[in-house]
Amino acid sequence: MASQDITESGRESPGVSWLYDPKIRGIIYQAVTFIAIIGLIWWIVGNTVANLQRANIASGFGFLNGRAGFDISQSPIAYSSDATYGRALLVGLLNTLNVAVIGIVTASILGFLIGIGRLSRNWLVRKICLVYVEIFRNVPPLLVIFFWYFGVLSVLPQARESISLPFSSYLNNRGFFFPVAVWGENAGLIGIALLIGLALSFLVFRWARKRQMATGQIFPVYRTAAALIVGLPLLAFVVTGFPLSFDYPQLGTFNLSGGTQIRPEFLALFLALSFYTAAFIAEIVRAGILGVSRGQTEASYALGLRPGQAMRLVVIPQALRIIIPPLSSQYLNLTKNSSLAIAIGYPDLVAVGGTILNQTGQSIEIVAIWMVIYLGLSLITSGLMNWFNAKMALVER
Amino acid sequence: MTNSDLTPDLKYVRTEMTHGISPPRGEHGLANWLRTNLFATPVDAALSVLAILVLVWLLPPMINWLFVNAVWTGADRSVCTTAAQGGIQPEGWSGACWAFVDAKFQQFLYGRYPIDERWRVKLVAVLFVLALVPLLIPKVPHKGLNALVFFFVFPIVAFFLLVGGWFGLPYVETPLWGGLLVTLVLSFVGIAVSLPLGILLALGRRSQLPVIKLFSVIFIEMVRGVPLVTVLFMASVMLPLFLPPGVTFDKLLRALIGVALFASAYMAEVVRGGLQAIPKGQYEGADSLGLNYWHKTALIVLPQALKLVIPGIVNTFIGLFKDTSLVYIIGMFDLLGIVRQNFADANWASPQTPATGLIFAGFVFWIFCFSMSRYSMFMERRLDTSHKN
Repeated sequence: MASQDITESGRESPGVSWLYDPKIRGIIYQAVTFIAIIGLIWWIVGNTVANLQRANIASGFGFLNGRAGFDISQSPIAYSSDATYGRALLVGLLNTLNVAVIGIVTASILGFLIGIGRLSRNWLVRKICLVYVEIFRNVPPLLVIFFWYFGVLSVLPQARESISLPFSSYLNNRGFFFPVAVWGENAGLIGIALLIGLALSFLVFRWARKRQMATGQIFPVYRTAAALIVGLPLLAFVVTGFPLSFDYPQLGTFNLSGGTQIRPEFLALFLALSFYTAAFIAEIVRAGILGVSRGQTEASYALGLRPGQAMRLVVIPQALRIIIPPLSSQYLNLTKNSSLAIAIGYPDLVAVGGTILNQTGQSIEIVAIWMVIYLGLSLITSGLMNWFNAKMALVER
Repeated sequence: MTNSDLTPDLKYVRTEMTHGISPPRGEHGLANWLRTNLFATPVDAALSVLAILVLVWLLPPMINWLFVNAVWTGADRSVCTTAAQGGIQPEGWSGACWAFVDAKFQQFLYGRYPIDERWRVKLVAVLFVLALVPLLIPKVPHKGLNALVFFFVFPIVAFFLLVGGWFGLPYVETPLWGGLLVTLVLSFVGIAVSLPLGILLALGRRSQLPVIKLFSVIFIEMVRGVPLVTVLFMASVMLPLFLPPGVTFDKLLRALIGVALFASAYMAEVVRGGLQAIPKGQYEGADSLGLNYWHKTALIVLPQALKLVIPGIVNTFIGLFKDTSLVYIIGMFDLLGIVRQNFADANWASPQTPATGLIFAGFVFWIFCFSMSRYSMFMERRLDTSHKN
């Protein structure tokens, strides 16, 4: 009875106005926010249109078909200064992807090694890894890029006095030169053999797993797979009559000719991003392994697993669950940090876009293209990592 | 009274303590430490030998370059270049050129801030330290007043002192600012703006009101999805377009807006993590006490949530501090930018200059970031009220 009184009087009593109803208040707050933000956007758009009209800049993406008129120092696809702005942006995007993918692979390998090293029983290894992590986590990435570019790579000797490294490769202030493989006739067969080897090992893997589930018998999968993946292409290589030769870089008077060149801009950016991100990945890996409780390791020893097996079969699968979400955000950070390329002149998306922006003044369109592409890359990466995460996640009832 | 008086016939009971037997040889001392820490297994031993070889290969040349062969004083590039490069050093010499850092030190700190006015920067630095240090030491009382001084009074005083144009102080335009001054101004304002803004955005993202939630999510995800470089470009190129004709913004202010908005999106995600970790019972308990939304948030939820995410907040601060170096790309000269700019100084250009300058700048950045992370670890331990060991 009493409670009914309260609920009824709560709304109807004369002293309480409808202003105190949380629902109505919520609607008022939202309406005010909405109107304020829409008003702000309206004001910005109005100003922008007026400013563009004054500056005589036509908005729209028509400029992408115009002639670019500038050169790009390195490009994975055919490009000349006669190409369009659109193609220049595509070159920039490919360069961004190039350095990001290679950087992610290197940073992961380095980061996992250092993260495991930080947990090593070996005092010296532990301390070296700690010093590495503490140095690279606490300096700006741009500084690391500058250090590699201005401090290390630019002060290398000139082409004439190149430092020669094993496998006929050379290092000088114009970059890193190494022999490039030239495939002869029928070389495609080797690639096909490799594909067949990969497919066969996948089938063997599935069959062995099924058999182990059913009977408990273990099949030497890794050795078979290695034999298939290495053996089949090797066999094809012999059968087709060794269709491989190398184009070695030749030391000339002023420059090197032949071989392949990796420019110092790419090298500096790649090394800096890998070294910088590896420090963060190392900490993530360490936290992941420490996050698996000690009881898991002890239980697997009690089951009779050897330390290596316990690590591979029990600890790492559980650690990966902790590692993957922050790892994916580090991958995104590396991709976004690759935009620092503009500071040393590596033609990535932002650097090329900046050049176009200066030439055409189409700032809104360029910034919009940047945002769409980077947001797209973020979404794709996080989508992939979420898929991988879902595969690794704990299967519960 | 000894035990023997009480139990006279128990001959086998010992009446005095024996000394403990010392541990076997090899269970203590250097040899044992080496065996357990460096040579426990064959793999360990191999790793140790490898690590020692790497250190022997790396460390002596590094120490040589940094200290032994380094040049500490000099007037121009000749002291840091070999004879072939037009200097006084012997052929094949290589070493750090600290003379360059020494000569440019004032510039690294103040940029092109007029020399006669630099006492103002020094005064601001002293005020900053005086306001910050008591705030950082937990035992000093009057934290509320201190925070008020640090976050409201100090910025106003610093603004009038640094910009000038009032009270007879000459006006110093911001393009003249540079070096560590710009780095610290950007980081301070970025931190002071991004924390409250980030908390508001995080609350907005967790809000029951769909419109507010939608705007928060759009802002956070848009900003987090793009690199800071593009945000800075946007602030420097597009902000003038957004404003009515005739209204112009200072370049430093534009960079400040870009950096602060960027950091607040990251801060929002960190704070959201803390908000999500607070058990539902805390929210319900606050509701049942009759607290309204802001009381509930400020008195019950945020104190617990922020404490949980101190490491994340400080990580965002460190990230922000490091990210201020990116303003170099839109043509401002913070510490890293001014070091980079000085490589081109014909008076000092030498093969050793860039590495020396960058190591100096890196050391300064490192000191700041490292102390922030150590302080956060200290606070984390201090505020830890949980019962885990």
